[in-house]
Amino acid sequence: MHPLLTQACTDTLRMVGWSTAVTVAAGLPLGVLLVLTDRGGLLRNLAVNRALGFVVNLGRSLPFVILMIALLSFTRAIVGTTIGWQAAVVPLSVGAVPFFARLVETSLREVDHGLVEAVQSMGGSTWTVVRKVLLPESLPSLIAGATTTVVALIGYSAMAGVVGGGGLGDLALRYGYQRFETGFMWVIVAVLAALVTLVQLAGDLAARTVGRRGRSGAPPRLRLLRSARPAAPSTT
Amino acid sequence: MDTPVITTTDLRKVYRSRDREVTALDGVDLTVREGEVFGVVGRSGAGKSTLIRCVNLLERPTSGTVEVAGRDLTALAGRSDRAPAALRAARAGIGMVFQHFNLLSSRTVQDNVELPLEILGVSGRERARRAGELLDLVGLSDKARAYPAQLSGGQKQRVGIARALAGEPKVLLSDEATSALDPETTRSVLQLLRDLNRQLGLTVLLITHEMDVVKAVCDSAALMKGGRVVESGTVAELLATPGSELADELFPVGGQASGPDRTVVDLTFHGESATRPVISQLARTYNVDVSILGAAMETYDGRQIGRMRIELPGRFEDNVVPIGFLREQGLQVDIAPAEQEPAGGTAAAPASVLHKSAQETAAVSR
Repeated sequence: MHPLLTQACTDTLRMVGWSTAVTVAAGLPLGVLLVLTDRGGLLRNLAVNRALGFVVNLGRSLPFVILMIALLSFTRAIVGTTIGWQAAVVPLSVGAVPFFARLVETSLREVDHGLVEAVQSMGGSTWTVVRKVLLPESLPSLIAGATTTVVALIGYSAMAGVVGGGGLGDLALRYGYQRFETGFMWVIVAVLAALVTLVQLAGDLAARTVGRRGRSGAPPRLRLLRSARPAAPSTT
Repeated sequence: MDTPVITTTDLRKVYRSRDREVTALDGVDLTVREGEVFGVVGRSGAGKSTLIRCVNLLERPTSGTVEVAGRDLTALAGRSDRAPAALRAARAGIGMVFQHFNLLSSRTVQDNVELPLEILGVSGRERARRAGELLDLVGLSDKARAYPAQLSGGQKQRVGIARALAGEPKVLLSDEATSALDPETTRSVLQLLRDLNRQLGLTVLLITHEMDVVKAVCDSAALMKGGRVVESGTVAELLATPGSELADELFPVGGQASGPDRTVVDLTFHGESATRPVISQLARTYNVDVSILGAAMETYDGRQIGRMRIELPGRFEDNVVPIGFLREQGLQVDIAPAEQEPAGGTAAAPASVLHKSAQETAAVSR
């Protein structure tokens, strides 16, 4: 593979990998808090809920390109530079955290409230409810949400390339837009498409594997890989 | 048997929404004694679900107190919305089973049963041992590794019961536990509850809309209407109460006099009297032809409890002596008025059918 391409791929993977880690680490608790503090939640606190909701909506309403530029000084304060993949991780994470938090919120809301009450009736605390009910019960949905987030991050990372983040987006811009090497650009497009497809397939497989849990019926089958074997043995 | 385990005092629950208030509980006083199976019946909306959820404070009562096993839970709960540690500890001593089972789909049967023990901080080995015992008790040892989605409704409820018993509670709350099950499964789950009540001395408070459930397992029952308990007592006490609606629905008797010169007598059997063959004695001693118009009898512990409507030839004046004999036998005897309105169903029909038709009538009148 072309050395430039290898380098760009590595940069993109680093950007996406690190920002995914930060996004999950921050977005998951944020999503949990959004559910718990809401009306009817276990830690009902409308003031906190409104404040968190406002911050999340603000983050979601800004187009990523604007966010990236608006955060330049914040990025410099944190990583010491505004150039390179390390710098891109900051706006990528800031952009993806609210997005993922909303997805987490939606997933947790789908957990049957009866299960929460069952654990409360056993004497479980709020933390027990989160740990033993909300997160495990919504795990397939959370994995699907994380997959969507990673795919979005790959898209954003290409944009980050435009303002000096490096990676595949940067390469495509330089060769495709500035040098008119259309062929090379299409190679990059293909790499991006393959990356997104792989992430989506892996996410689907993981979500189905944890989501099956003894449900009878057909084993999980990937839409593209017809011959895929079930990932987990049957539980009976 | 006579120590109260659950006591609610003047329990009120008012739901407030923007522009209206709904009173779900309107001053409920309820006493459930140790070792009994207590059934609360009522139509949907009568407040029975709110009541049982107030007992372990899943629902905070607006006012009034709840005592379980001598502890005032309402005092433990305090003012805040969140459950303080003391209330959580008390809840761990109260098992609860739900209409829709509420099993965690992400855990195996075994892990579901272990969940309350995890919350109590029991070690892994001990948890597995206890869960094994409990699954044995409910007859599901072979399903330990299955997931809830692989079980039938009845099996799920058995897991629910095993889970509710994991913390070795003294009290079990059953919130319509059999309402989502078919009649056959309902019977077996009720039998299990009855066995657990006998074997473990477990006190059971159950709510249901099915009279058959009360008939099958309950020692005592209460009827709720519009957020109030309108009748309450042991089955025998209810039977002995003239005009008791619960007794009427539990033991419905019907049947009309076959002619004008007949005396219709309702006999209520409760206590000692029910062991003697009173009717045949009556026929032999006084040489009267007794016809049975209707009867609803149950046998509890070898004693018959219930009601029977019989017809004696001749007017009341002609039957004073036989009726006196029946009274002497310790039966409760009520003379049906000569002109009486239909009792609303055939005598031999099961109670639930009558109950249902009563519900339908009520629905129409609303």
